[in-house]
Amino acid sequence: MSLFEYAPAPESRSIVDLQPSYGLFVDGEFTPGQGTPLKTVNPATEEVLSEIAVGTDADVDRAVRAARRAFTRVWGPMRPADRGKYLFRIARLLQERAREFAVLETLDNGKPITESRDVDVPLAAAHFFYHAGWADKLDHVGLGAAPRPHGVAGQVIPWNFPLMMLAWKVAPALAAGNTVVLKPAETTPLTALLFAEICQQADLPPGVVNIVTGAGDTGRAVVEHPDVDKVAFTGSTEVGKQIARAVAGTQKVLTLELGGKAANIVFDDAPVDQAVEGIVRGIFFNQGHVCCAGSRLLVQESVHDEVIASLQRRIGTLRVGDPLDKNTDIGAINSAEQLARIRELVDIGEAEGAHPWQPAGELPERGFWFKPTVFTDVSPAHRIARDEVFGPVLSVLTFRTPDEAVAKANNSTYGLSAGIWSEKGSRILSIANQLRAGVVWANTFNQFDPTSPFGGYKQSGYGREGGRLGLRAYLKES
Amino acid sequence: MPERLEVRKTYKLYLGGKFPRTESGRTYEVTDGRGRFLANAAWASRKDARDAVVAARGAFAGWSAATAYNRGQVLYRVAEVMEGRAAQFAEEVAAGEGLSAAKARAAVDAAVDRWVWYAGWTDKLASVLGGTNPVAGPFFDFSVPEPSGVVVVLAPQRSSLLGLVSVLAPVLATGCTAVVVSSHDRPLPAITLSEVLATSDVPGGVANLLTGDAGEIGPWLAEHDDVDGIDLAGCTGTAAMELERSAAGSLKRVLRAPAEESDWTADPGLSRMTPFLETKTVWHPIGV
Repeated sequence: MSLFEYAPAPESRSIVDLQPSYGLFVDGEFTPGQGTPLKTVNPATEEVLSEIAVGTDADVDRAVRAARRAFTRVWGPMRPADRGKYLFRIARLLQERAREFAVLETLDNGKPITESRDVDVPLAAAHFFYHAGWADKLDHVGLGAAPRPHGVAGQVIPWNFPLMMLAWKVAPALAAGNTVVLKPAETTPLTALLFAEICQQADLPPGVVNIVTGAGDTGRAVVEHPDVDKVAFTGSTEVGKQIARAVAGTQKVLTLELGGKAANIVFDDAPVDQAVEGIVRGIFFNQGHVCCAGSRLLVQESVHDEVIASLQRRIGTLRVGDPLDKNTDIGAINSAEQLARIRELVDIGEAEGAHPWQPAGELPERGFWFKPTVFTDVSPAHRIARDEVFGPVLSVLTFRTPDEAVAKANNSTYGLSAGIWSEKGSRILSIANQLRAGVVWANTFNQFDPTSPFGGYKQSGYGREGGRLGLRAYLKES
Repeated sequence: MPERLEVRKTYKLYLGGKFPRTESGRTYEVTDGRGRFLANAAWASRKDARDAVVAARGAFAGWSAATAYNRGQVLYRVAEVMEGRAAQFAEEVAAGEGLSAAKARAAVDAAVDRWVWYAGWTDKLASVLGGTNPVAGPFFDFSVPEPSGVVVVLAPQRSSLLGLVSVLAPVLATGCTAVVVSSHDRPLPAITLSEVLATSDVPGGVANLLTGDAGEIGPWLAEHDDVDGIDLAGCTGTAAMELERSAAGSLKRVLRAPAEESDWTADPGLSRMTPFLETKTVWHPIGV
């Protein structure tokens, strides 16, 4: 129980102008899709927000042809500096309409407004601003003089950071001179469709960005279309493998950003209060719907009890509820399907003998919710220590020596991210060296930046997003 | 004086720093361009391939943790030792590839020079491919390239030495360890090369060379869960597609081969190293 109750501080949703239905954004215009439309709901209330067109193979083909035309006739031949200027425009438009994007993202995704306002939308704008500057400096990415774009990029993104993932995909693709067919996640298409409006306001030439909404079949059509040159996917490892199989034997270039089961390692010399904040940020940020979430806490045995007590006290102050309330720390689970998956793995965790703990408090009656959950006494063989839960569920394991910490941290088919908490610099660098993970946060967690390459080792995928290396994925030597 | 009867070499596998015969007991006949008998090469089996992966995995921790300077010196040592045996390599290349003595010698020279070239890369990759990232916040943030792990190399079928060195050296330069399947019809230079590796301070298990049929053992290696990457240089067409599909099962890094075997004399740039390098980004707060 917290000492002080907060009055609700809801963000107004009046800034968002929701349409009853949305079409596909192809060749600069909204057009109907040929599939049976989907409904997108607010996961915090189960209210239907809008009806979404579903792209069929024929729709995807139309989008790819538009993208190819735009690539050949307009975007490819355009002066690089002008391509950059379009991207700068987009960055500015995102900043101008930031509040609208934040509210819409929270409505459609269920994440707290403070996160969409302070993380998702600013980072999306930053990605466009960063990559805009690259457009006329491609000779310096390290692929020799005058590197060339691949052509048409087919991109499929997940529901956890809908607008931010769009920016991570679209900005480097366009800066490098490619055109894009993007498939947003079926449960969170709305900010991508609002982004289409931004493209119109920026006078981006038709066909440069095409947004085809739908579910798995639509995504498959994008990935498998023969005239797509470059495929970029963020999502589950299982689907990533299917995509890698599908592009085998083709000339398509592939990057994959997939699942994770990050170890967050707390040594006995770490400042406990800071570490606890980092653990909370690591696993409860965005309801744990984060591929790089710090979902395995590895805590040195000697400080286990102290860290867990402090962690539980801190979790007791987290506010779970209305995502539009500016006091909310943990919002709604994105979908009924994801909630069922979380429940299933939590049940398995309990059945396998780990001990769950949840804070007191009520959850809202309607919508999809799951309380922050901490499992102690987890063994490395437990499913909750191996499988990605993609929810607010932390598994706690212990270690005695740094070598044991490294061995346990690396004992995973994933290798996306990791955390280290210690006051000793040489230890941090030594552990960071030995971890088989693409992003290592030391004395911090879940930080992102367009200049900083992000991506995984092992079955967390291949390729990087962000920085010079991320941009290189969209270029080839001439 | 009667002519001296030459002592012929038994061509075996190179596995974990040793030269075992294939556990399968199988060999196949290797001939020169005109069909004359050269040797019986070991015909590596699935079990040999799996043993090679175990050896490569075991050697990875040490090789990847060696300093870049040290790795560079080891690769340079390979060039030194190879240079001393250039005549032997030239003879094998001439016989296997049907080249004139001059052309075979040119191929050997180019192969030695390629080791030298990659030896010089080991301690430059991090500055060329990594660096600090100017993030918008109070953090020190840097990215470094790191080796992917165990890489299977299906060596080119035609260019038995220069092609082989051109695909093996980059893998070792990154800090990865390798399981190589040699050219099927021209395997002899690969085994002679492994004799060079064994005497050049390359730790046992870092490079493992199997002679035999990539078409037979390639699929086992492509689906092996403890392999991190695969270079398909010696494999094209449907077979290459099948291997790439199998490799997707554990999301291996795949380097595809062009339809026509590459011109191995061309400057390879970084193209054979970057596919088997990961990037690690490390963040730390800045504060007092």
